[in-house]
Amino acid sequence: MTTTIPDIIDHLAGIASGSAGAVLRARRPVTREGAQASWVALFAPADAGDFPLSDRFALAAFVSILHGQAAISAFYADHLNEQANGTALRVAVEQAAAAGLTNGPYGHYPAGPLLRENRDGLIFQVADAERAVLGEKLSTLLEHAHLLVLHPRDAKPEALSKLLAAGWNTTSIVTASQLVAFLAFQIRVIAGLKVLNAA
Amino acid sequence: MTETIIEPQVENVPNVFTQAQIGWTPWLQPLTADELTERHYEALVDRARAQSPYFALLVRDPDILEARTKTDKDIFYNVADGLPRAERELAATAASRANGCIFCASVHSRFASHHSDHKAEVQKLLDDGVSADLGERWNAIVAATVALTATPPSFGSDHVERLRTAGLSNEEISDVIHGGAFFNWANRLMLSLGEPTPAQ
Repeated sequence: MTTTIPDIIDHLAGIASGSAGAVLRARRPVTREGAQASWVALFAPADAGDFPLSDRFALAAFVSILHGQAAISAFYADHLNEQANGTALRVAVEQAAAAGLTNGPYGHYPAGPLLRENRDGLIFQVADAERAVLGEKLSTLLEHAHLLVLHPRDAKPEALSKLLAAGWNTTSIVTASQLVAFLAFQIRVIAGLKVLNAA
Repeated sequence: MTETIIEPQVENVPNVFTQAQIGWTPWLQPLTADELTERHYEALVDRARAQSPYFALLVRDPDILEARTKTDKDIFYNVADGLPRAERELAATAASRANGCIFCASVHSRFASHHSDHKAEVQKLLDDGVSADLGERWNAIVAATVALTATPPSFGSDHVERLRTAGLSNEEISDVIHGGAFFNWANRLMLSLGEPTPAQ
């Protein structure tokens, strides 16, 4: 089955073909194609391997809610809805994310002069009610995603141990890390271009 | 044995932002030279990147690495037009400084200094942080990047106006957005998959 996936950034930034915003993006075709190819690699992969699409869209819905971008989180939540058990997952992800909302980046530095810049913040855990729906494996991934989105400088090897213990393998952890980090990029390009195109 | 973490015992962990050539060591097992196929080399884009533990780890998922690498190179190295190289590196450094990625900031502050010949101003950004006074044009780029780097992003029309007043075209502002946004990708990988090591 081959379907053409429309350009996701144009779609979510409201960039119509022929508009000034489209002209601005057309001037960097490699960037535009690379951002789209990244989305396809993460969300429409040839082989999802050990990281099923339902988990990918659950993670994306969670990450985009944390970024406070309603149109983007609705897009990913709609994709999640289409997955097996999607509606229940969507409700649980939205409830989990609501409990994780805060402002970043915060976090801590290694001992030295930067300690004065340490900023404490929420250490997020999925609550029992959502954990029961999402399962231990996906819940652990959402907890890791919260760290990556909001306080990445707090990352430690033990955070990866928790993912391995929950059943994620090394390659899936790489893909999941790329997915969260890609969204941190995609969401900022969309937010930035929307402001620029309207200004 | 792949499915365990690596806990490097790094002595003299880099604990300040620096332009020195520090290193990086992974917390998960990169692919070894024996494990690399042609598909992996294709995804690395530059074959030499197989020597880097960072890229040899990321290449475990070749499709996303290849797409990401092409995006990265175009955002920073396509200088047919738009924002000067130095200021793209300034945006990369500002995002890294705000997020707290000492390794990313070291690489890209060096590039910013190299392309601008303003090493002292770049060092000021590292030493004093994102509110350092670097001259209005650079201040506007740093402020816009920091606002975009916040979660949720707080980049607004006031940032666009300040950049325009500082002389940036819409094309250049788009380059600031892409450079800053891209480092929100890079910082999260570098910070969460390994850690910096001291300069040799």
